[in-house]
Amino acid sequence: MGLIIAENISKDYQTGEAAVRALKGVSFEIEPASFVSFVGPSGSGKTTLLNLIGCLDKPTDGNLMVAGADVSHLDRKQAASFRGDNIGFIFQDFNLIPILTVFENIEYPLMMVQNVPPGDRKKRVMTLLDAVGMIEQKDKFPDQISGGQKQRVAIARALVTNPKLVLADEPTANLDHKTAYLVIELMKKMRDEFQTTFIFSTHDQKIVGEAEIIYTLEDGEMAGKQAKGGKKNG
Amino acid sequence: MGNLFKIAVRNLRRYKRRTLLTASLVMIGVIFVLLYISVSGSFRNMMVGQITDSMLGHLEVHRKGYLASIDNLPLNLNLNPQAFKKLADILGHQPEVEAFSPRIKFGGMFSTFVETTNVRLNGVSPDQEFKTIPLLPSRIIRGPKTLNKGEILVPDLLARGMKVDVGDTIVIVATNKDGSVNGKQFRVSGILDSVTGPGGRDGYIHIEDAMETLRMEEMEISEVALRLKDFGQLNPFSDKLERLLSGEANKEGKSIFEVHTWEKLSPFFNIARMIDVMSFFIKLMLIAVVLISIMNVMIMAVYERIREIGTIAAIGTLPGKILSMFLVEGFCLGAIGALAGNILGIIIILILNRIGITFDFGLQKGLVLSATIAPGDVLIISLIVILISVIASLQPAFKASRMEPIKALRHV
Repeated sequence: MGLIIAENISKDYQTGEAAVRALKGVSFEIEPASFVSFVGPSGSGKTTLLNLIGCLDKPTDGNLMVAGADVSHLDRKQAASFRGDNIGFIFQDFNLIPILTVFENIEYPLMMVQNVPPGDRKKRVMTLLDAVGMIEQKDKFPDQISGGQKQRVAIARALVTNPKLVLADEPTANLDHKTAYLVIELMKKMRDEFQTTFIFSTHDQKIVGEAEIIYTLEDGEMAGKQAKGGKKNG
Repeated sequence: MGNLFKIAVRNLRRYKRRTLLTASLVMIGVIFVLLYISVSGSFRNMMVGQITDSMLGHLEVHRKGYLASIDNLPLNLNLNPQAFKKLADILGHQPEVEAFSPRIKFGGMFSTFVETTNVRLNGVSPDQEFKTIPLLPSRIIRGPKTLNKGEILVPDLLARGMKVDVGDTIVIVATNKDGSVNGKQFRVSGILDSVTGPGGRDGYIHIEDAMETLRMEEMEISEVALRLKDFGQLNPFSDKLERLLSGEANKEGKSIFEVHTWEKLSPFFNIARMIDVMSFFIKLMLIAVVLISIMNVMIMAVYERIREIGTIAAIGTLPGKILSMFLVEGFCLGAIGALAGNILGIIIILILNRIGITFDFGLQKGLVLSATIAPGDVLIISLIVILISVIASLQPAFKASRMEPIKALRHV
């Protein structure tokens, strides 16, 4: 059974008096431990789709199953709880908490979301710091490290709760090519190590090529699916 | 919970200047309230002490109806010997009572053989009166601090007006309850400093002289003044005494006695009440200062951290925890202000006491005010500040907890 099953999902937004349909009956299925990318021009619906998968928003129509749960009707508290247990997020602007050190930023979801005991927290954070190569910087604050390092910390934070799924909306948009490539490589390595599904959106063609499955969105519709080494559909 | 405090303190340190300004505002408010309460409270306590310890006593017991006619000093409303005996017996068995003193109060003519004027007199048993009204001897500004039979303590204003001094002989003429006029010679043994309030300008004679002047065969008492061991027990003991005396009824079945605390006997009680009311309003002002300043800071904190709120909400922080984070931040801000205000306030109070504030009250000059603050007041003020800080943070915290993660993450 797929980790994510989307059946004919749509999303409408009200902008002033006009209703805008951001997604138009999109269907897809993503298997566990996949490395998936959603691509498409601005306004194609990538971010909207990631927000729906991440339970940050609800579809207007259709069914959306994530990790075996119907997430279309979760209330605010249930959605927060679901995200805390199942989903990690990596943001375009890194979104690290400036008053916390690198260690504390990674520790935050364990401490404030999952209430993990301090001993277990430390062990888990150190494992992730080692995996993303940030042990040396663990006591630094976000404003003392580079953009690439910030995104490594963000990846570690997203993975620290052992989520089934990590969502990354344009994770490399604020990084130079070399660093962007390294970040994607790191995400792939983490997928291999922790068997976590990674879904990211991008419009950087070089980065897109790193994904194993590529979904293309155009004007809120699924325009195609391409599996690496497989044939192009759509 | 410890993690919430750690994050709250870090966030407060992030905006050092703003935190410092707000905490300072709260601190200044706390200092002013502490100073006001300590100085006004001390003034109040000192005045109450002056009134109770130099003329009224803590409580007085009269025959029912006497107080309503006290301006006339009605001799026909005195307690008869049997009633006084019962009262003395009850009072003698109360562990709360330190001393009590029976008084015969009457009005008379004060004559120096050259001039004559009116005078209000208290016939007292000196030993009992000095124990019940311990500041009375200190009011004797000239002459020995005693009162013997055949002697009179004359109020200072009367002595000056009538040009009498210690050692002079005067005559007191009074009408007894049957209407006959009697006179008796007295030697002026002392001049009494006047105090503000009822009875503050009365003269004193020995109770046996009062009986003789009024031709009383048996002691008929106008009032009994009481002093308690613990002034804080005033109202509970007053209630207890009323209950104990309620059983003593006359032939018509009506209660013989009525009990009054100093509060019902002195107009200064209204001033004391006014001080209490002003303290209340000063506390309200503190609440307003804390409320506005903390709310302002917390609204700013939420506004500036919208993306952070979006981030922590997106990664699964429950709305209740986000609410707690901001409430704890407000709590810490209030607690820091309250703590600093308490420390500085107490230091300033100590300095004021070291300097010594003096003031005049009525005819009493140079009273030294000893500003004190009860630990309970410090605690209450601190709790008020902290509670209001949390309440002030409630609206911004609630707003933060209700933010939609998507909108918050998009905020620029």
